[in-house]
Amino acid sequence: MIVETGHYALVLALALALAQFAIPFIGARLNDAALMRVARPAAITQFLLVALSYGALTYAHVVSDFSLVNVIENSHSLKPFIYKISGVWGNHEGSMLLWVLVLSLCGALIAIFSHAMPDRLRSDALAVQGLLGAAFLLFILLTSNPFARVAPAPWEGRDLNPILQDPGLAIHPPLLYLGYVGFSIVFSFAAAALIGGRIDAGWARVIRPWTLFAWIALTLGIAMGSYWAYYTLGWGGFWFWDPVENASLMPWIAGTALVHSAAVMEKREALKVWTIFLAILAFSLSLLGTFLVRSGVLTSVHAFASDPDRGVFILTILVFFIGGALALFALRAGALPVGGLFAPISREGALVLNNLLLSACCATVVVGTLYPLALEAITGEKISVGAPFFNTVLIPIALPLALLMPIGQMLSWKRGDLVAALQRLRVAFFVGVFAAAGFGAWYGTPFLSIAAGGIAIYLVVGGLSDLAIRARGRAGHPSFKRLAGLPLSAFGTSIAHAGMGLTLLGLAATGWGVESIVAMKPLSFYDVGPYQIGIESVSPRQGPNYSEVYAVMAVRKDGATLATIEPAKRFYQARRMSRSEAGIVTLGLGQVYAAIGESHEDGTIDARLYWKPLVTLIWIGALVMAFGGALSLADRRLRIGVARRAAAPALEPAE
Amino acid sequence: MSRVSTVETGSRNPLPEGEGGRRRRPGEGRLTQRISRPIVIAQAAEGHNGKGATPHPTRLRRATLSPWERGRALILFIALIFPLAAHAVTPGEMLADPALEARARAIAAELRCLVCQNQSIDDSDASLAKDLRVLVREKLKEGMSDAQVREYIHARYGDFVLLRPPMKPDTLLLWSAPLIALLAGAAAVWIAVRRRSGLAAASPAALTAEERARLDGLGVARFDDCESQE
Repeated sequence: MIVETGHYALVLALALALAQFAIPFIGARLNDAALMRVARPAAITQFLLVALSYGALTYAHVVSDFSLVNVIENSHSLKPFIYKISGVWGNHEGSMLLWVLVLSLCGALIAIFSHAMPDRLRSDALAVQGLLGAAFLLFILLTSNPFARVAPAPWEGRDLNPILQDPGLAIHPPLLYLGYVGFSIVFSFAAAALIGGRIDAGWARVIRPWTLFAWIALTLGIAMGSYWAYYTLGWGGFWFWDPVENASLMPWIAGTALVHSAAVMEKREALKVWTIFLAILAFSLSLLGTFLVRSGVLTSVHAFASDPDRGVFILTILVFFIGGALALFALRAGALPVGGLFAPISREGALVLNNLLLSACCATVVVGTLYPLALEAITGEKISVGAPFFNTVLIPIALPLALLMPIGQMLSWKRGDLVAALQRLRVAFFVGVFAAAGFGAWYGTPFLSIAAGGIAIYLVVGGLSDLAIRARGRAGHPSFKRLAGLPLSAFGTSIAHAGMGLTLLGLAATGWGVESIVAMKPLSFYDVGPYQIGIESVSPRQGPNYSEVYAVMAVRKDGATLATIEPAKRFYQARRMSRSEAGIVTLGLGQVYAAIGESHEDGTIDARLYWKPLVTLIWIGALVMAFGGALSLADRRLRIGVARRAAAPALEPAE
Repeated sequence: MSRVSTVETGSRNPLPEGEGGRRRRPGEGRLTQRISRPIVIAQAAEGHNGKGATPHPTRLRRATLSPWERGRALILFIALIFPLAAHAVTPGEMLADPALEARARAIAAELRCLVCQNQSIDDSDASLAKDLRVLVREKLKEGMSDAQVREYIHARYGDFVLLRPPMKPDTLLLWSAPLIALLAGAAAVWIAVRRRSGLAAASPAALTAEERARLDGLGVARFDDCESQE
């Protein structure tokens, strides 16, 4: 009964989504306030209905209702409770339902936090959001119904894929979807602005918090996913340039560009057309990612062609929304008023360059991801585009971009002084060079790591020295009061840039990692970087729905045991699959990482042992970036709902 | 884990599909012979708490076996219940010469495991990947250069095996994509700037150094300072 209620709620949500599209849209055209007012309650109710439906599916998973195909295929009565909840989105149908849940949540958020914007803008944005919701609800109901029943119900389910039975799954997809789908808000506002033909700094002020919100969630989601891959796949990698990963990276890059261009638009009314375009692009790339991941096209073009229902449906949605938005853009963008002017050497100019380089990165990732698919579809020829390609072509764009980041921060708006900006960065520059020399002396080659490490330190110091300089002011001596008086968004920028520097340092340090693949004898120690690792014991252990063998390994330095780690090899009975669980200990900013493998008759056990210096900075940097974004989001000027007051700045006293 | 299920797990080979190419087929006869020791361990583990869940490692160490026997028995136990457990590069297949081995690893990192989803043979557990890794090492030992080894594999497995796609007419667009994107972007910026240059001419000219000095003398805050105080 609960399951049927959930199913019914989903159908109702579809009907309501259509109403949420049609009624306010017509209302906005007729300038009928009563019709436009339908949008907000419709959006909120649609969210409640989808949430009810989602709750029903979660209930079915929690009570192991094996009359549902979805539960049979992805659950097991012995599965731990948390994975019964997170397992809801660990499969195609459930994850699409989560997608729509987040989409309708975004609609509800617009409805709740939009007091301070013109009625027509809100109505049109919610109408677009309603149309998006309707398309994806239809997709779920027609091709991916999670509520399909089966009779007779089996006694036991087939369990969730072991790789997904991890706390990582509990956090990673919801965050990622908040990011992915969060860009739908910006997309809807861009479409609404184009439909209404009005766009100004007020519009930028409306979208900037949403852009930041989606960007923060996506940043955390990608970082979380990468750490999950790192500790669960057992060979210490954290990014593989897999199309599925690229699918999340593309909107992130576009979103990063958007955060910056929206800042220009809000401050200076410049880059309007470009900002609108990026707003469309960011969500379009999210849709593209959804298509790539959900259609099965990645496994093989042929697998896609043999079971094309889902793929073709998403492709239709994709073409309709991206094509529609771009057509609208082509029709209307020319009519948008020209924004503020600026000299090439200025904060705006630097942000244009930033956008140019980011766009090139984004285009490269898009082409690299789609090229093999297109080539196979056109010529039948199969090629692989993997990590070596992406590293080769992206590093020459990304490193100059990193070099430019602090310079842009130092330039003033409208017309900047490059020499003065570089002078302000001399401390950062020298610290960076010294750091590179230090890295070279301490860790040695590869040269790329040394250079990237130096640039990373320059980025951290450069990002923070902007704060120091602004705290010093004209008077020349630093003042804590001045520092405290700086707007939060200034802290946000500096901290986010420093976070990028930390991540870059972590990435650079991968070149200094030490790997040792050995057949370990019991009770003897093996050198890994500055540490020695030895097996103390190997024992079996029974988990709730798996059995495992784990090794207790001691990590020593100079004879003293610093830590013990427990890499394990788990075997999941229901799916008869094994997976490794890495043993990791964080020492300073680096990690010792161990994974065990095959065992031999002579009593040895194969193991991969790593010392990864500074590796945690990759994810710490992402957290710092997200924190910087959150600070900007907390800035009073950008806080959702204060736009009305900000609309009359002349009456406000200076802060 | 009961004794019966242990035996069953070990002997139910070969394993069903769907293991991502990680299948191994240990000889069944040998497996049954090996069982004697591991079961002692399994029972020791069970004796600790009735349900057989989470035996404490220290308890295990107190079993009557010598450390060597214990290690050996346990590891055989692993072999029994983890017939799938395989690894990417294993110590057994590595070359004795570290320089040669480093070259092999570098080559392997750029070759795709053909039966996996986007994994290099260096990272993959699949048996095909292992075969290729061994092949790369054999060819290196025969004295082939890195390029020769790559060409040897490329000639046999086609473009698909190369994670770094070869430069050829079909991939020209791929390799030039970053450059095209940069140039197109730069052209777009240039056109936008040109279109507005007429408007820009009407904007006030920059201050001369003299004007700047006079302004500073008046104690008027600079524009960028105003920025920081908003």
